[in-house]
Amino acid sequence: MIEVERLSKQFVVRRGRFRRERVVVDAVNEISFRVERGELLGYLGPNGAGKSTTIKMLTGILVPSGGRVSVAGLDPSKRRIELAKRIGAMFGQRIQLWWDLPLIDSFELLRHIYKVPADRYRQSLARFREVLDLDSFLHTPVRQLSLGQRIRGELTASMLHEPELLFLDEPTIGLDVVAKQRVRDFLIEINRERGVTVLLTTHDLGDIERLCKRLLVIDHGSLIWDGGIDELKERYGAERMLIVDLEQPVPPLQIEGAVVEKVDGPRQWLRFRGPAADLTARVASSARLVDLQIAEPDIEEIVRRIYSVPGT
Amino acid sequence: MVEPVLVWRRLVGAQIRSQFQYRVSFVLDMLGNFLISFIDFLAVLVLFHNTTRLGVWSVREVAFLYAMSSISFALTDLLVGHFDQFPQKIRDGTFDILLVRPRSTLFQVIGSDFQMRRLGKAIQGALVLGYVISSLAIPWDVGRVAMLVVMVPSAIVIFASVWTVGSCLAFWTTDGGEFTNAFTYGGNFLAQYPIDIFSTWLRRFLAYIVPLAFVCYFPALYILDKPDPLGLPRLLQFSSPLVALLGVGVGGLAWRFAVRHYRSAGG
Repeated sequence: MIEVERLSKQFVVRRGRFRRERVVVDAVNEISFRVERGELLGYLGPNGAGKSTTIKMLTGILVPSGGRVSVAGLDPSKRRIELAKRIGAMFGQRIQLWWDLPLIDSFELLRHIYKVPADRYRQSLARFREVLDLDSFLHTPVRQLSLGQRIRGELTASMLHEPELLFLDEPTIGLDVVAKQRVRDFLIEINRERGVTVLLTTHDLGDIERLCKRLLVIDHGSLIWDGGIDELKERYGAERMLIVDLEQPVPPLQIEGAVVEKVDGPRQWLRFRGPAADLTARVASSARLVDLQIAEPDIEEIVRRIYSVPGT
Repeated sequence: MVEPVLVWRRLVGAQIRSQFQYRVSFVLDMLGNFLISFIDFLAVLVLFHNTTRLGVWSVREVAFLYAMSSISFALTDLLVGHFDQFPQKIRDGTFDILLVRPRSTLFQVIGSDFQMRRLGKAIQGALVLGYVISSLAIPWDVGRVAMLVVMVPSAIVIFASVWTVGSCLAFWTTDGGEFTNAFTYGGNFLAQYPIDIFSTWLRRFLAYIVPLAFVCYFPALYILDKPDPLGLPRLLQFSSPLVALLGVGVGGLAWRFAVRHYRSAGG
């Protein structure tokens, strides 16, 4: 579905107030990867790592400075219009709906822009109304929608022409837990039921864990990880945090295989590797346990660890 | 060929509907547009308060140029007048959205900013034109009527081409709004006056480089049956439609070249 070979993008930035100096910045630096049809793939990286720039080259928005891209068998920047019919895109921060019009009017306009046959359009829309629960605000002007409602509208808008491939740039940013879950359910549904290939960029490791099997991590324009999420965690995210609430405050626990990171009254944070079950049993035998939870590392943490482990 | 026009009508229809959502604002905008362009016309009258002729041109003849230029400008602004908001699209990166849709970007930009209030200026121009035509003794015949009919669409296309080229600069400057205005509002101003009152270099510039002389000046010479004070070939008076076609070509090429240099915005 997607083939990327030594893809690069450089921007010329001018710095300085009076004597402006030209600085070439490598936003994306010779990255290569392949995505098969039907994959649901996460694209991660800290701010400014080159995620959006990559997506923009894949969708034909930006012309690459070097390397080769093929999306659905097409060169995006040369055959943009043909490609646009076959892909959907949603950029969390850029509104594609018509601000002053009711949501349904935007869908109608998009139907004509994409030349979607009337019966296909009716079918798709009926489906999305159900899955994304759009009915209560379908006739509300977009400017009056809440963020969560708007994102559901945007998702529908990017799927109405039944694309084979969907690009999502930060689809869950700013959403509450319920709204996030709804978006994730929707993505799983279109991926499984319709076989849509999905590539999403995100900051949210929760998105990745619930959605993606495979994961690309980019930092400073270079790809630093391409593989399964479990392997990544095994290798770099092996250390997790066990947070225990004890019946009463005690001095830091002395438990084999764990290090106490922090103590706050009856609550203690223990850093550990390996399975949590054994550790939990050991904690329970040395103190009276009321409650516990396990925290996974976040993306910034994992990126830091990838760098700190030598030989990769 | 028909299909894009239908889509354009839907895009425009949607905007008219959203403009009617703010009814008071719409009426005031339209009135404001009418009044501003009326004051614009007063400037021409003030000029003639101190002189009876501008070179070989009488006040009514200049008013004819003014009216034709105003009508063409206002209709261009109405039909393809996206250039007020376009640099903003480049700056905040919303141009991205147009690029992931299966339509030409120029078509989408043109369809994205249809402001009914701009009719205000066209109405004012039409009133001036009505007065001028009734008070000037124009030797009307088939050729002159045909010229009057062809003149406005040609002028619209010429204006639109010049604006498109001007807007392309936004792809590099990111905020070229004011510079582009030199082409739009500046162009309207230059097209309002007979070019023989300008200095030689500006005249050449308007006739051969940014072809605003073909908006009104050359066709008006024919309609008003005036000998060209510059003694230029008579063929030029009939060339506006051709210049318009040429403008479409140049504008389209410039646009294509510019879009490939689009840098988007972060985030």
